[in-house]
Amino acid sequence: VRLDVKKTYKLFIGGKFPRSESGRTYELTDSKGNHIANVAKASRKDVRDAVVAARGALSGWEGATAYNRGQILYRIAEMLEGRKDQFIQELRLQTGKSLATATKEVENAIDSWVWHAGWSDKIDSVAGSMNPVAGPFFNISTNQPTGVVAAFAPQESGLVGLVNTIAPAIVSGNTVLVVASEKLPLSAITLAEVLETSDLPGGVVNILTGSAKELGSWLASHLDVNAIDLEGSDSPAELELLSAENLKRVIRPGVYPRQGASGSLQHILDLMEVKTVWHPKGH
Amino acid sequence: MFEYSPAPESKSIVKFQDSYGHYIAGKFVKSSKKYETINPATEETLALIGHAGAKEIDLAVRAARNAYEKTWSKLTGAQRGKYLYRIARIIQERARELAVAETLNNGKPIKETRDFDIPTVAAWFFYYAGWADKLDYAGLGPNPKAHGVAAQIIPWNFPLMMLAWKIAPALAAGNTVVLKPAESTPLTALMFAEICEQAELPAGVVNIVTGFGDTGSALVNHSGIDKVAFTGSTEVGRIIAKQIAGSKKKATLELGGKAANIVFDDAPIDQAIEGVVNGIFFNQGHVCCAGSRLLLQESIQDEFLKKLKRRMETLRVGDPMDKNTDVGAINSETQLRKIDKLVKQGVKEGGTAWSPQCKLPRNGFWYVPTIITGVSPANTVAREEIFGPVLSVMTFRTPAEAVTKANNTPYGLSAGIWTEKGSRILKLADQLNAGVVWANSFNQFDPTSPFGGFKESGYGREGGRHGLLAYLKGGAK
Repeated sequence: VRLDVKKTYKLFIGGKFPRSESGRTYELTDSKGNHIANVAKASRKDVRDAVVAARGALSGWEGATAYNRGQILYRIAEMLEGRKDQFIQELRLQTGKSLATATKEVENAIDSWVWHAGWSDKIDSVAGSMNPVAGPFFNISTNQPTGVVAAFAPQESGLVGLVNTIAPAIVSGNTVLVVASEKLPLSAITLAEVLETSDLPGGVVNILTGSAKELGSWLASHLDVNAIDLEGSDSPAELELLSAENLKRVIRPGVYPRQGASGSLQHILDLMEVKTVWHPKGH
Repeated sequence: MFEYSPAPESKSIVKFQDSYGHYIAGKFVKSSKKYETINPATEETLALIGHAGAKEIDLAVRAARNAYEKTWSKLTGAQRGKYLYRIARIIQERARELAVAETLNNGKPIKETRDFDIPTVAAWFFYYAGWADKLDYAGLGPNPKAHGVAAQIIPWNFPLMMLAWKIAPALAAGNTVVLKPAESTPLTALMFAEICEQAELPAGVVNIVTGFGDTGSALVNHSGIDKVAFTGSTEVGRIIAKQIAGSKKKATLELGGKAANIVFDDAPIDQAIEGVVNGIFFNQGHVCCAGSRLLLQESIQDEFLKKLKRRMETLRVGDPMDKNTDVGAINSETQLRKIDKLVKQGVKEGGTAWSPQCKLPRNGFWYVPTIITGVSPANTVAREEIFGPVLSVMTFRTPAEAVTKANNTPYGLSAGIWTEKGSRILKLADQLNAGVVWANSFNQFDPTSPFGGFKESGYGREGGRHGLLAYLKGGAK
């Protein structure tokens, strides 16, 4: 009998798969208590490293053309589709869900990448404006990414909730560090393998596994993070308070649905800044 | 330099009451506590003003809630719009009176209140009046809804204009408001209450409470409000963000800035000089988006500074009521001390301060327009908002260095670019982390044009369709 080769589930930072700097892991078991994996338990230093990676990747990613970002998001959908069975299996292993339920979740995740991919070059057409000012000026408002986004993926969903947290942030050019569901971390790291093979530049998405509770205050109080999505946090009020220190943009839990095959333009816009440019008209 | 004869505007068009209460539910309610509001150019008392406590705030919020539920939310958008059009027209009719009142209470030149502040106030109401019956086109899908009661706290630098930026979109979207003007400049807001009366606006739709920081804090903390809109310092913005953390209250914050005004060697120099002067000395530099950091391309530094100093020598500083005055009074003694302290710090850290010779009035609060050269990006005067007529000068060599220096600040409200090269403007405009970028211009404002900051300059936009969104939530979901 052949022994199968098991995967080591590590973090995803700056396009690489390091173990936690702290050397810590936590054990993941199935519903019957059987060992599944020792998952990396991220530390404060890992949070800092992820912020550095996200900040470093920002200028390249926000400077890429919208067409390019759209193609890369679509490529993620392609890669995910190709590994559909693996994701279904992993979700079932962690949750004990039925084949139909797990399949639906993976399909929604794939389709949501496609939905988001199509937005990259349409945001400004819909949400920007030419402003008819009362003077000799050309005046235009466009939307630009907010910068580095920290996010807590929903706890109850291993894959689609994570996708609907990452995609609205990166489609516009933000970079993101996301804390995966603590109970359901496997899909997050397998998703990282998908991202890594989709031409997504390293550092655009950084995935941390571990305790959202422990990591929360370090993300919320980090001064080089521009926005925070508190969807999967169990202490959103406390983290919103810490986020006020550098006036992070805050998405409170429950505002946007995260289970579907599509998202919300308003969610994308919440992680963007309106920039208005004035230029004189004359000879 | 030419000598100018005095050309004072008359005060007689304005009659302040001796004492004002709070405007709540369509009536002026007496205040138990009072303070004096002054003319910062003369230090004379203009009127006694109420200092609202928790009790008055509660009355005002209840009045706004009542008006929202019983009256304002029952009107059609077209009806709300008509009230706003009426207000816009009354402001135009009473423009001269409002301009004089604003100058007396704020200290800014009559030239500015007459030609900029008050016309902009009227334009803001006129613009948002037209949105009231077109909310389906705001971008949130059909049938968007108002938040309910908006708490609005405004600063002293553009008192009535900030009121207009807050109240016009709030009412157009269907909210009712409780507005607190700044403690040092309450008078035009109280006159606005009379304008609401003349427009027959239903009682409680607009409530004006006056007071200090404790008044604002009580308003933000009141459980009956749905939305906070604040313009002021980043320090207070932070406090407000903390106060509403974990609640359902929405916020828009328009906070401080430390804008870079970037001048390239190919810029139209004379225009750039005018733009730099306007950028920092307009309204005594009491402007959150003021171009307070001048970034000069190294090769033109000497020529530019020589011309800038010559231009500054022609600025007329003094009586704000004089129609020729360019730079008026500093709004308060507190602010004057803060400016003075920061400039001294700048010199201590190695900068060289220069100001033109100026004869200043004996009473009142004054600060002569000042530039500080030899500033390095780590210096206090390159980092902290001075909020006065003080320009910190730095240099750069390449466009990339200009962008790095411009973005090297926790603020992100505005920026200026001076160059004849269109492609350079567009590239820099993309790279600058600022909510408003002025190319070959500065300090332009319009009700159709969104205004607001990146990073610690706050969140949300005021003006245009985007400004309307801050007062709406999605309808059908």
